[in-house]
Amino acid sequence: MSKIGVFICHCGENISATVNCGKVAEVAGKLEGVAYSTDYKYMCSDPGQTIIKQMIKEKGLDGVVVAACSPRMHEPTFRKACSEAGLNPYLCEMANLREHCSWVHDKSDATTQKAIDIVRTLVEKVKHNKPLSTIKVPVTKKALVIGGGIAGIQASLDIANAGHQVVLVEKEPSIGGHMSQLSETFPTLDCSQCILTPRMVEVAQHPNITLMTYAELEKLDGFIGNFKATIRKKAKSIDEKLCTGCGLCTTKCPTKKIPSEFNEGLGFRTAIYVPFPQAVPNKPVIDKLNCQYYLKGKCKVCEKVCPTGAIRFDQEDELVELEVGAVVVATGFNIMTTSEFPEYGYGKYPDVITGLQFERLASASGPTLGEIRRPSDGKIPEKIVFIACAGSRDPAKGKPYCSKICCMYTAKHAMLYQHKVHHGESYVFYMDIRAAGKNYDEFTRRAIVEDKVNYLRGRVSKVYEENGKLIVKGVDTLLNAKPVEIEVDMVVLASAGVANPGSEELAQKMHISYDAYNFFSEAHPKLKPVETNTAGIYLAGACQAPKDIPETVAAASGAAAKVAILFSQNELSREPVVAVVNRSAPPLYSTCVGCFMCATACPYSAIGEEEIKDRKGNVIKKVAKVNPGLCQGCGTCVAFCRSKSIDLDGYTNEQMYSEVMALLNE
Amino acid sequence: MKLGFYPGCSLTGSSREYNESILAISKVAGIELAEIPDWNCCGATAAHNLNHELSVSLPARNLALAELAEMEELVVPCAACFNRLVMTQRELNENESLLAIVSEKLQFKLKNNIKILNVIQFLEKYVLPQLDELVKKPLNQDVACYYGCLLVRPQKVMKADRFEDPMSMDLIMQKLGAKAIDWPFKTECCGAGFSVSKTEIVGELSGKIVRNAVDRGAKAIVVACPMCHSNLDMRRPAIESYLKRKVDVPVIYITQAIALAMGLTPKQAGLQRHFVPVNLSVTQN
Repeated sequence: MSKIGVFICHCGENISATVNCGKVAEVAGKLEGVAYSTDYKYMCSDPGQTIIKQMIKEKGLDGVVVAACSPRMHEPTFRKACSEAGLNPYLCEMANLREHCSWVHDKSDATTQKAIDIVRTLVEKVKHNKPLSTIKVPVTKKALVIGGGIAGIQASLDIANAGHQVVLVEKEPSIGGHMSQLSETFPTLDCSQCILTPRMVEVAQHPNITLMTYAELEKLDGFIGNFKATIRKKAKSIDEKLCTGCGLCTTKCPTKKIPSEFNEGLGFRTAIYVPFPQAVPNKPVIDKLNCQYYLKGKCKVCEKVCPTGAIRFDQEDELVELEVGAVVVATGFNIMTTSEFPEYGYGKYPDVITGLQFERLASASGPTLGEIRRPSDGKIPEKIVFIACAGSRDPAKGKPYCSKICCMYTAKHAMLYQHKVHHGESYVFYMDIRAAGKNYDEFTRRAIVEDKVNYLRGRVSKVYEENGKLIVKGVDTLLNAKPVEIEVDMVVLASAGVANPGSEELAQKMHISYDAYNFFSEAHPKLKPVETNTAGIYLAGACQAPKDIPETVAAASGAAAKVAILFSQNELSREPVVAVVNRSAPPLYSTCVGCFMCATACPYSAIGEEEIKDRKGNVIKKVAKVNPGLCQGCGTCVAFCRSKSIDLDGYTNEQMYSEVMALLNE
Repeated sequence: MKLGFYPGCSLTGSSREYNESILAISKVAGIELAEIPDWNCCGATAAHNLNHELSVSLPARNLALAELAEMEELVVPCAACFNRLVMTQRELNENESLLAIVSEKLQFKLKNNIKILNVIQFLEKYVLPQLDELVKKPLNQDVACYYGCLLVRPQKVMKADRFEDPMSMDLIMQKLGAKAIDWPFKTECCGAGFSVSKTEIVGELSGKIVRNAVDRGAKAIVVACPMCHSNLDMRRPAIESYLKRKVDVPVIYITQAIALAMGLTPKQAGLQRHFVPVNLSVTQN
């Protein structure tokens, strides 16, 4: 005869507002096998837990049902309390009266009856619970960081400086990301490259960091502490050990008119190229899609001029397998291109550019060496319009969210323009100026007051070309609200920040969740901002939502701290909810017949083979064996087993059937 | 080939030539357009500004009559009528209680599944495939295709792929041998109903459209909406007083352009009914 204690929680008014908790406790007390039953306002509070502990000792309870909230919320709390009172924690079960009953129904007798039914099923289950103990798994103290922008750089350096090994994977030929493309940064106007490039060098030289550029994640298996990552190192077509980075090949390459990704299409690069002079590593790669040799089988000029013989046309992609304990995803963001804006000409006008293109124009390392010259004819624009919220806050044609960084960088752009073109006239069309941040509002005010940027509150309905000028048709909604038309030389769009192409596939590879815009989702918007729903995988930077540099760096350091916490333990405790193959006395040994259907079904490759031998060492029988370190407790094998030889601890068939029967046999 | 036809008020009044040219080219293309018997007003701007239920009930009656006449597809050349009918169909499909109210009023249970075509969709589906054979006199002219608002909007309903720079009329005009110019005023507002109350606003808005078309070398403006036509054509004096210059670029319906290219006479195309005379050089090789 069981001695089960049932503890009904009011959860303040969350449960008691619609469920008669006293009635539930009263009915539960009369169930067969229940030795004690009560209700209390906050079961999770210290006095609440004390009631449970006292009753375990006083009544000698051998099973506990706490009827409260979701087990995701407080199962660890109550299991810990039971354990402190000397009861095996896995003899404690939770009945979810809040999410499954009180929150979703109105106050009525039926609601109370449903609560009673839920409690009854758990009482029946707990009668069949067996004591279990947690499983210990080792932690591989090496982190994988995906993405080599400022987020990935910061996270890698922090983890490496905490004394752990890091593998940083970047899909482009160089690390640096979008930050390396920026001219100056708000709100201080310090040069982006000047603060970033030393960090890039530090990454390359750090003894704890292995840098893999031109590489992408191919596959990720395993679980927290024990991931197995496969990285595809794309063929660079050079031998990195021999290449000295002299750059002779890039000057001699005959294919010179490829739009440069680094310069956002405003400049050109060769087929064998280093994306920018400060690249890390500063060694070229051959772009196979544009190289004459790969396209037509002739050329090989780079091979001829290379003084160290480092060119390798026959190099192939390499797959590298890594064992890592944690993953930081820092894959960044992208922006909408001008062709996505119908009202601004679908990308038709060369002098309508994106904010990122303007960064390249304003950058000392850019195609114009920092002079603001328009793309069509290289003239210095005398009049320029900046359009904020191009694609952002636009549920009809763009993205409904605010891209957050644009108000600030638009103010910066207008400021830089005024600093470089003294006689120039600049206009900003905006919806609202969102400049929340340390020294941010002061910065936008400075653009308006000191640098005389004309801020017009209103939208632009159309940009079109007439007699070599761009006509910006918009509206000024303040004071004497009226339509305005401004004839300008250049238009800069503060394009919406969007998720990187391919982020959906990447999320699926890693089994992490993502939102409707393909940005990766954090585990909790307030309290778990850098964690994902998959344990051991963390987020940093703008792969989560548009973020500015300070916020990105803060998130990256946060993610790094989470990795360091994980790596501070030598082993992790795991829930003992794993599949087990039964064993019995000879001559049967096990009902398992060794068909290994379970091994085929297992998504985690956790099922192997075990040989049962007699005393002389002869093999009597081969049966399935579950590796508890790999098993995730999904139960797929249980459903597949033809002889019911495999069962899931904590959720055995017996336990499940008793729950169901409790409902049916009312 | 027999299709339902809803002319609406404009096609029986100020834009009779639109009606005449549609019927004329349909005849050449072997398509019979059967008018909805006893059709009524679509409600136009007035109804949906004043009474929502009425603005749905009026078009719904026309749809009901078309269903009674067992029409499967309905051609609605006037852009405003088309908009009202399409919006009504959509709203009744999405709003069951409104459908019940309207059905009660009409004493008719709407199936509400008629395919409604505007003139461009009609031309694309039924005339364009035969056009290579039917064009007898190619129009070797530069033309500006002007779409206005209701042919491509609301975007959610019309799903036009390039709603700020539509191309459907341009492609038809190219088939006729004309050159459709690239210009930025394809979907600008013509002033619409201000034609009656504040003509000077139409003068300015339509004036900018006409000026841009002329400056970019258009020898004719091609339209597919009676409202656009009357503002660009009938309100030419207001336009000229805004522009402070004389502009003689003619405004023709796309169906008139097709009629001319098919070799029909200017009279069969209804060209004599315009305020701005249609210079015959437009219509010759």
